[in-house]
Amino acid sequence: MKLSPRSIDAIESVGLPLAALAGALLLFGVFVWFGGKSPVDAWALLFKGAFGDWFSWQNSLQRAAPLMLTALCVAIPARAGLIVIGGEGALVLGGLACAGLPYLFAPPANAFGTALLLLAAAAAGAAWIALVGVLRQWRGVNETISSLLLAYTAIALFKHIVEGPMRDPASLNKPSTRTLAEGLRIGGMFDSDVHWGLLFGLVACVALGVWLFFTTQGFATRIVGGNARAARLVGLPSTRIIVVACAIGGACAGLAGGIEVAAVHTNANASLVAGLGYAGILVAFVARQNPWLVVPVAVLFGGFGAAGSLLQRRLDVPDASVLVLQGFAFLLILASDALRGRLFAPTAQSVPSAPAVVVEPPAPAPASAPIALPTRSGDTIAGHPNLAGGLTPKEAT
Amino acid sequence: MSADPTTSALALNVLIAVLGGAIRVGTPFLMVSLGECITEKAGRINLGLEGVLVFSAMAGFGGAYLSGSPWVGVLAAGLSGALLALLHGIVCSLPRVNDIATGIALMLLGTGLAFYLGKPLIQPQAPQIPAIALGEWSNSAQVRAALQINALFPIGVLIALVCAWAFRSTRFGLVLRMAGDSSDAARALGYSVNGIRIAATTLGGFIAGLGGASLSLHYPGSWNEGLSSGQGLIAVALVIFARWSPLRCLGAALLFGGAGALGPALQSVGISQGYYLFNAVPYVLTLLILVWTCSPRRSLKGAPLELGVSR
Repeated sequence: MKLSPRSIDAIESVGLPLAALAGALLLFGVFVWFGGKSPVDAWALLFKGAFGDWFSWQNSLQRAAPLMLTALCVAIPARAGLIVIGGEGALVLGGLACAGLPYLFAPPANAFGTALLLLAAAAAGAAWIALVGVLRQWRGVNETISSLLLAYTAIALFKHIVEGPMRDPASLNKPSTRTLAEGLRIGGMFDSDVHWGLLFGLVACVALGVWLFFTTQGFATRIVGGNARAARLVGLPSTRIIVVACAIGGACAGLAGGIEVAAVHTNANASLVAGLGYAGILVAFVARQNPWLVVPVAVLFGGFGAAGSLLQRRLDVPDASVLVLQGFAFLLILASDALRGRLFAPTAQSVPSAPAVVVEPPAPAPASAPIALPTRSGDTIAGHPNLAGGLTPKEAT
Repeated sequence: MSADPTTSALALNVLIAVLGGAIRVGTPFLMVSLGECITEKAGRINLGLEGVLVFSAMAGFGGAYLSGSPWVGVLAAGLSGALLALLHGIVCSLPRVNDIATGIALMLLGTGLAFYLGKPLIQPQAPQIPAIALGEWSNSAQVRAALQINALFPIGVLIALVCAWAFRSTRFGLVLRMAGDSSDAARALGYSVNGIRIAATTLGGFIAGLGGASLSLHYPGSWNEGLSSGQGLIAVALVIFARWSPLRCLGAALLFGGAGALGPALQSVGISQGYYLFNAVPYVLTLLILVWTCSPRRSLKGAPLELGVSR
């Protein structure tokens, strides 16, 4: 059977991560087994706790919502060629802005007021990550480092403001800001525990996927990220495109923080700093910086998170077991990328083309030899060539 | 004039506390930044040192608790750190694997393993690394308390000196720097770039592991899940701050440690404002230095050329 490079690519993009995930589950089983527990029980509980019934589904989806948004904070800038790892900073500032707006004026306690809060959250996040893009384009400051530094700065600012100027005097044990009015909070969708934040996550992922793959602006963004020199040659405004991509990503992460405050915590406190931004980095990389793929990946990892407490209760393992599983899964999925373009290439292409060279000695050899080569390499790096090499030095500007 | 002596005494107390704290808080910073420095000199970034730090802190505590000797714990911490870093080195050597994403995954795995395996270690007390008392000359109990130096700190200083010497004048150091500055040159001379980088990452993990031991066996001196406050991640910033020089890493670690100690020191004399802001000073400072020294037209001075973040 002959497969086209496109379908090989499709098979590999689905098959490899799934195989890696299976490997991670296997590894996790072995790990649990070393601790004297039954791996089969662990797998069963993992499934039950994540997707076993409606209750688990609700829990999983609730955890997936912020992951989708923080993953977009990595994926969108990545498409413009930037590895931003400071989504955590945008998230906490978004949460702070959401909780802080009522300090400035009293927003109407209805959906419009909530929209204002979320807008403030998105704006705060957008400004923070846009700064990363500006610093890179204006001063050449590496975006990975600056976003990390800005994330730590943002967290310090967040803690300072929550425990200082904006602290609710009534919050004694756990310093928090004033609790949002009932009407401003985000409730559950259709009488479930899953809050409307999930819808924001879904819509953002789908819409940004459409923007990226079907609009001129998205196309331009991908050119800037794929080949900076080509972008310059055709005269694309790289700086503007990069800053806009950063702002979009930051807005998503800020929105995640705002939603966490308005739907889960009801005020800004230290629980918001829970590593959601870092988890989002991994979701984005596993989804290969594709906004559409972010959705299932986020749901899957939200599910793992949801299963943690069930595993802890029923199997008597520490709740960190989920972290171990996620660590295995991410590491293997990232490593499995190395196999891309290699699973089918030797059997599908080089074997049939080999006799062709032998049979026709009179034919000019160079004509038949190159046929086998380009088909092999053309399909490898989908989407983000600049990121794929990792350490390949980006061309000096 | 009556207020003066008290103010100056307060200022002196704060100063002593900050100096002592700079070493106490700065030792883990020193170790992770040296580990990161070696890794980056070979051309790779290991963001997973956060995971290494937490995991090795747990392993070091466990080793000391089970064996009864803190130095066995230190060794266990170093080796477990090296093991985790080795994993990073190997995975990053695969084609098309991004070292930053792998680092974050390793951070997750390391903390996960540490929390999982370290659950039974939260209650017990392990033997601590002995402190070197440098404050015996003083009558003031406060000075003596502040100058209880972590025995790992001089070891860290020694490692920094050895690193600086090795980078400059040993074959291993030169080959390592070559892998970081021009992988083509290293390959042309017949060295395995991936091999060098794996070795450098592993060695860096060992040294960072000593930082983990400092956390769990000296200060704060116990094992719990909130032990590290991101020192491993911020090591990357520290190394940039130190512009990839092991000796400057020492200064940067003390500065970062001092900034971390400033908040508690001021709190002890009654100034509780801005506790978190003092902690953030080094990050803002690093960012300002980056903004000041970077330019779109050239890479950072002293940066390994192959490093993804230097450009």
